[in-house]
Amino acid sequence: MTETIMLKTRHLITGALVALALVAAPSAMASEAGALAPSNANIADMGSLQHGAKLYFNYCSGCHSLNLMRYSRIADDLKLSEAQVMENLNFTGANFGESVPSSLDAADGETWFGKAPPDLSLMARAKGVDYIYNYLMSFYLDPSRPMGWNNTIFPNASMPNPFWELQGIQTATFKPAEGAGNVEFEKFEMHQAGKLSPEEFKEVARDVANFLQYAAEPAAMQRKSLGIWVLLFLGLFTLLAYFLKQEYWKDVH
Amino acid sequence: MSNRLSRAISDVQEWFNDRAPSFGPFYAKHMTEYYAPKNFNIWYIFGVLSMVVLINQIVTGIFLTMFFKPSAAEAFASVEYIMRDVEWGWLIRYMHSTGASAFFVVVYIHMFRGVMYGSYKKPRELVWVLGMLIYLVLMAEAFMGYVLPWGQMSFWGAKVIISLFGAIPYVGGALTEWIMGDYLPSDATLNRFFALHVIALPLVLLLLVVLHIFALHEVGSNNPDGVEIKKGPKGNRWSATAPADGIPFHPYFTVKDTFYTGCFLMICAFIIFFQPTFGGLFLEHDNFIEANRLVTPEHIKPTWYYTPFYAMLRVIPNKLFGVIVMFSAIIVLFFLPWLDRGKVKSWRYRGTGFRVALFVLGICFVWLGKIGSGAGTDPIETIIGRFLTAAYFGFFIYLWVYTAFGFEKTKPTPERVTGHD
Repeated sequence: MTETIMLKTRHLITGALVALALVAAPSAMASEAGALAPSNANIADMGSLQHGAKLYFNYCSGCHSLNLMRYSRIADDLKLSEAQVMENLNFTGANFGESVPSSLDAADGETWFGKAPPDLSLMARAKGVDYIYNYLMSFYLDPSRPMGWNNTIFPNASMPNPFWELQGIQTATFKPAEGAGNVEFEKFEMHQAGKLSPEEFKEVARDVANFLQYAAEPAAMQRKSLGIWVLLFLGLFTLLAYFLKQEYWKDVH
Repeated sequence: MSNRLSRAISDVQEWFNDRAPSFGPFYAKHMTEYYAPKNFNIWYIFGVLSMVVLINQIVTGIFLTMFFKPSAAEAFASVEYIMRDVEWGWLIRYMHSTGASAFFVVVYIHMFRGVMYGSYKKPRELVWVLGMLIYLVLMAEAFMGYVLPWGQMSFWGAKVIISLFGAIPYVGGALTEWIMGDYLPSDATLNRFFALHVIALPLVLLLLVVLHIFALHEVGSNNPDGVEIKKGPKGNRWSATAPADGIPFHPYFTVKDTFYTGCFLMICAFIIFFQPTFGGLFLEHDNFIEANRLVTPEHIKPTWYYTPFYAMLRVIPNKLFGVIVMFSAIIVLFFLPWLDRGKVKSWRYRGTGFRVALFVLGICFVWLGKIGSGAGTDPIETIIGRFLTAAYFGFFIYLWVYTAFGFEKTKPTPERVTGHD
């Protein structure tokens, strides 16, 4: 009897360890990515996604395409009507069922920026949602760059700050770092205030990042809600299988 | 009514028995009259679980093939088409990608169990060798599957792994070109890897799995006590000639395995629905960027299940020597049944020296895996990696010396199995 209890306890501990490893391993991997401020983006927050979509189409879609995302899918997932999407988010004349192009010709992009602005469909999966959030907040004035802008998250990026009117214009201060001539980023200073307060602008960056997180994996909206039912079903199945096993194994001595 | 029904059933049975008299006995031999030791513990479920994963990979793979485009120009977009536009495509794809990693998890545990309980020892050497062949083919299968989505890590991983063959003197360069059909991984490479991944290797894998199971059923299963139940007393509730410590595989182990399969599927479902990339371990971040031969990713690394061997390659400065060491680390496992001369099977009754060594081997493997998946820039890590590589091979030399010259002090082994869950 005590042996059985010991065995059960051991199984419980093993189970708990497996569960812990499952939860801890991915987050441990994620934390290795570096010191990015958390965006707190959440694709279950419909208001944030809708706001992010509006910002994306007004400030980003001029140069960046979403080749893997259809207008109709955005309408379905973001609970918008066809008319709402076609009137407010579609500036290219593409059909409702088509994917989102950029208004900028790729060859022009290369001439103007040195590199055509990339498609953003999967950017959040490649770089992480927090990366995008931090990138959007880290533009600063740098007269040495062709566009006059630089970015601490992606140094020497050719992209200018699309949100300068909202965020304002930042400058960055640097301090000397280890090694001759090396510098390290210290802090941003507001050179010219924007329309929004820094707190309000954080929400802008978060919502755009959130929209791109959704665009990178639209299935994420279904999989979590479905996953709970699948786990409940499997839990019930496993419980019944356990009773069945106990019943059969009564014979085994 | 029931009389007529049962008569109809027996008529059908008779019809089959007249035409295929060996089917019934075949089923009995492998299911209802296959007597497995009743003391199997949780370590013994991973063989069945790898079959479950194999079936999952085949079924989900068939559906993926219906939508995937095996060409360098279309592959990446077709995978995203599956993720976005194909009904339930995302679920099928995540089941397949999670299944690939789950396959290695269960196979590694299954192999470790074989070493713990001496399941490779006489008379089961052939079972072990066939199992090792399965592992080799599985590595090739998974490698080629990882190339198919044609992301950055697919391309650069393929380039690095294929270039290993370039280290072979004289023929290396020609060999890598022959494998790729080009000077770089390209459309031709993707196409042939697709053919090998969906047809050639799965056929070999299925054949080997059947042989692995047949070979096992000839000699019978080992168990946590390492007792040969076939050599013990005869007679149980089902048969007077069957081993007294054995119970029929069906229904006893089929119901038990159903329960454990349920537990396993819950873990898999949790990953599929809530952590499908598993923090970049199962689906790597860089693989969401389309393959580009002009842009090298910051860190090129293979998927986690190869990283212990990849680490060995990386910590050794000479490429050819590194390749030899890496492949030897896998090949040496084939010889385990003959390196280990100890007569006692289960670690329960083996010398402390064996148990400690096996524990160290486990740590070496996991730690090397961590080093292999890292950036590889830390010189201290390189030195640690060399020690771990030496310790990995040291296990096999030590095991031979320890057992061949009588250093092992074993405990008395039981005559009969010692109980069950």
